Amino acid sequence: MLLIMFYIAAIIAVVSTGAVIFSRNPVYSVIYLIISLFAVAMVFYTLGAPFLAMAEIIIYAGAIMVLFLFVVMMLNLGQNRKDEDLQAASAKALVLPLTFTTILAMLTVLALAGAIPAPHAVGTSSAALGKALFDKHFLGVKLAAFILLVGSIGGMHLGRASSTPDTKETRI
Amino acid sequence: MNNIFAVTAASGAASAALPLPPLVVSLLQIVVLLGMLFTIAAYTVLIERRVIAWLQHRVGPNRAGPFGLLQPLADVLKLLTKEESTPPFTDRWLFIAAPAIIMVTSMLSFAVIPFGPEPFMVIANMNVGVLFFLALSSLGVYSIVLAGWSSNSKYAALGGLRATAQMISYELSMSLALLAVALQAGTLSFNGIVEAQRDLWFVILQPLGFIIFLVSVVAESRRAPFDLPEAENEIVAGFHTEYSSMKFAMFFLGEYVSVMLLSCVVATAYFGGYLGPNIPFVPSVLEGPIYLLGKMALLVFFFIWIRATYPRLRYDHLMELGWKYLVPLAVLNLVVTAVITLALPHLTVAPR
Repeated sequence: MLLIMFYIAAIIAVVSTGAVIFSRNPVYSVIYLIISLFAVAMVFYTLGAPFLAMAEIIIYAGAIMVLFLFVVMMLNLGQNRKDEDLQAASAKALVLPLTFTTILAMLTVLALAGAIPAPHAVGTSSAALGKALFDKHFLGVKLAAFILLVGSIGGMHLGRASSTPDTKETRI
Repeated sequence: MNNIFAVTAASGAASAALPLPPLVVSLLQIVVLLGMLFTIAAYTVLIERRVIAWLQHRVGPNRAGPFGLLQPLADVLKLLTKEESTPPFTDRWLFIAAPAIIMVTSMLSFAVIPFGPEPFMVIANMNVGVLFFLALSSLGVYSIVLAGWSSNSKYAALGGLRATAQMISYELSMSLALLAVALQAGTLSFNGIVEAQRDLWFVILQPLGFIIFLVSVVAESRRAPFDLPEAENEIVAGFHTEYSSMKFAMFFLGEYVSVMLLSCVVATAYFGGYLGPNIPFVPSVLEGPIYLLGKMALLVFFFIWIRATYPRLRYDHLMELGWKYLVPLAVLNLVVTAVITLALPHLTVAPR
């Protein structure tokens, strides 16, 4: 039963991720990405990590993708991106994606062959996860927090009202 | 794959109490719950109209049946017989999907609300129930955003944009306030949160968190005084301007179901949920639902009361209230709760 659910979720994830790339309309791309994240959450759930599944939905599907959708709606990107897409697919643009894909594929093959030892499991309850994060991986959590802080300060700096004297300060 | 779903565990326990297979028990639970939800939602509409009329010195709907009790039936018949139109300029699929999303997300959340201490009184006693509720409420935004975008009209788009900004902002303070409760109870399951309140309700232990949660919940349900996404005198009807007939009814019903859901969550997290003193001559199985629905009814009345009392907020005031007051206060509340829980473990109710 769980295995069937796992495979259904996995297939949905792969198909909808493909649809993100191939759909013409940017709003549909965002929606396919949401479906994909949802399916990944389902995969986590069937693998026995309910906390991670919920976190995935709350953070990615519920918060970040809403902002994506917000921006796409505000920019009102046209539906005729055909020419642009073809231009973007030049050889230069393919270098980075191909590099990452190769690395990921190599890692997958190595992991499946058993060359990489499975990481030590920390348990799936929220308490065990919290302990692991704030004990063993404390430095990583701190670094992530710093990156987020830098990002939000940068956003505030870019978004603040211009301080030059001739522009009126605008209130929303 | 060992600790899968407290769902299966709960249904297993439920079928141990009743001599039925788990799937049948789950289906029965769902049918009973949905039947109850639709009936109560329909009558909430009538109660809202009567109460607002009463607060405004009007009579309100009193023609259909005694005290207007058949009014919901008349409303449903009217909505069903109206013309169902999908304007040609809309994005067809998303236009149809939007009202469905809000119905699904608001009804699905009821799966984790416990109606009694018995295992069969909750559909899914999840160990991450609080997170499940927060996840679904954050997905409810999509309904409004997609309705606004797919309608392809400027008033709907404005309503959708307003709703997005408002719901994202208030979701934050809502989650933080609810997490302080979870921290104090020492669990993320709603059953555990209710059981932790056997001695004292969390509304007394978490007064600040309660106020933050209540304000955020009203904003999250997009009702007056936070009804800017559908402000009639500015943007027609906001995100559902282009909707008619049954699709409009689904938005309408979704709003009332989510009001009931949020009232249930407030009652569960702060007012002891299904707990209450024994009622004589009533079977103990029915006490849980009676207490929870009673508390829910009082909170729904509160929702209606503030709708009739306060004028709509200005948009910048709305954002200021959310980001400058509620979010910092909620963070403070969470930190203080964490420190007290750590420093004085004997004072907190948490059974660890």
